[in-house]
Amino acid sequence: MHPDLLEQNGHGHSDEGHGHSHDGPAPEHAPAAAVTQGVRRPLRIGVGGPVGSGKTALVAALCRALADDVALAVVTNDIYTTEDAQFLRRAGVLAEERITAVRTGCCPHTAIRDDITANLDAVEDLEARFAPLDLVLVESGGDNLTATFSSGLVDHQVFVLDVAGGDKVPRKRGAGVVRADLLVINKTDLAPYVGASLEVMARDARLVRGPGPFAFTNCRTGDGVGEVLDYILAGLGLKPVIN
Amino acid sequence: MRAALLLLADGRLPSGSHAHSAGLEQAVTDGRVRTVADVELFARGALETAGFTAAALSAATCAMAGAGTVPMDAVPWERLCAEAAARQPSAVARAAAEAQGRALLRTGRRVWPAAGLEQLAACTLRPPLPVALGAVAAAAGLQPADAALTVLQGSAAGLASAAVRLLGLDPIEVAAALARLTDTVDRLADEAAAFADADPARLALLPATTGPLLDVLAERHDDREMTLFAS
Repeated sequence: MHPDLLEQNGHGHSDEGHGHSHDGPAPEHAPAAAVTQGVRRPLRIGVGGPVGSGKTALVAALCRALADDVALAVVTNDIYTTEDAQFLRRAGVLAEERITAVRTGCCPHTAIRDDITANLDAVEDLEARFAPLDLVLVESGGDNLTATFSSGLVDHQVFVLDVAGGDKVPRKRGAGVVRADLLVINKTDLAPYVGASLEVMARDARLVRGPGPFAFTNCRTGDGVGEVLDYILAGLGLKPVIN
Repeated sequence: MRAALLLLADGRLPSGSHAHSAGLEQAVTDGRVRTVADVELFARGALETAGFTAAALSAATCAMAGAGTVPMDAVPWERLCAEAAARQPSAVARAAAEAQGRALLRTGRRVWPAAGLEQLAACTLRPPLPVALGAVAAAAGLQPADAALTVLQGSAAGLASAAVRLLGLDPIEVAAALARLTDTVDRLADEAAAFADADPARLALLPATTGPLLDVLAERHDDREMTLFAS
């Protein structure tokens, strides 16, 4: 999937003391990482999707599962400053200084697609400060179904829908739904309460995405999050170890 | 070079500017700016004060980086950054100018590769927007007057765009307000271009007009939790 990362992360992962042990500047690691691993930088994964679909809950679940084994950092783009960042900090899933909030001037899609500079600055600052990182998650502010990340910002993107938004959402297509590397359909437990059919959503997801993968999740309970984790671990060149 | 000027001045060029309101969001929050007429007045004030100073700095930077009269390695990049910082009393406003300078320089280095831009990126001080823009304009083959014009028009257009997003104003009315400001923008750009001097000894003569309210708004914006714009 991301062959140039296999070596990097195989190497990076063999280092002992991931996660919090890298807190604080470690400039001596940065050049070594760049030279010996022969790659540009850590894996960057974008997490997009409509408002309230569960992007932050998914990021929190991923951080909780990965933080002990993978050196990671998070950039959030919530419309109101630090709401998502504060949620993640309160959840205690990641050291506070590894989470950066970027403000987008009412235009979350602009910040992940048309003018990615502020997010690039935030990502690169985290990568420099906590080098060597394995993974940076960039969480978009809630937007519409056409919101996609620029390939200049992330390597892969996950698009999060929720069942409560209605089971016809996948067939509305939209670049985010169709082109995301992984489609996540969250809040599966709400299906009976909103008259949504998971079968219809699965059928339509296959219809509009072809072979592109999708996963059903309930991020509050953790159901299905393992599939997303496997996807990310594969991107990191690590064996799926969860579930 | 007309097309290059349009490209540099285009709000769609990735430069991070879309997330900055230059104090307008705070002015809206405070109830100071509500209508198209308010936006026009606010923009006029910003242009005549901090905008003019930024434009003169940009013109001077462009002159030094592009004139060929100064060897490229003799361009006093640190001094230019320091002169800009000295003219921006609010630390928050300085940080916002540096964030936008960093973003534009990132884009400029890839769009118009030039030795001067690499030197500026390696500078020990963080280049603020006017310095970055002057350097990028030179790398694009533009003249100091172009750099001054881009700073001023970008300032007015950025405020106007933020106002449309924050207040739901009629964007056509706002464009008409920007059209009414073009004479002011042209005049200030001409005046700022007069400071395009490649002699570093004359840097201290650059204008230092500031807008105290803009600095206050910048500081107050930064104190607030729920903000949509970075500045």
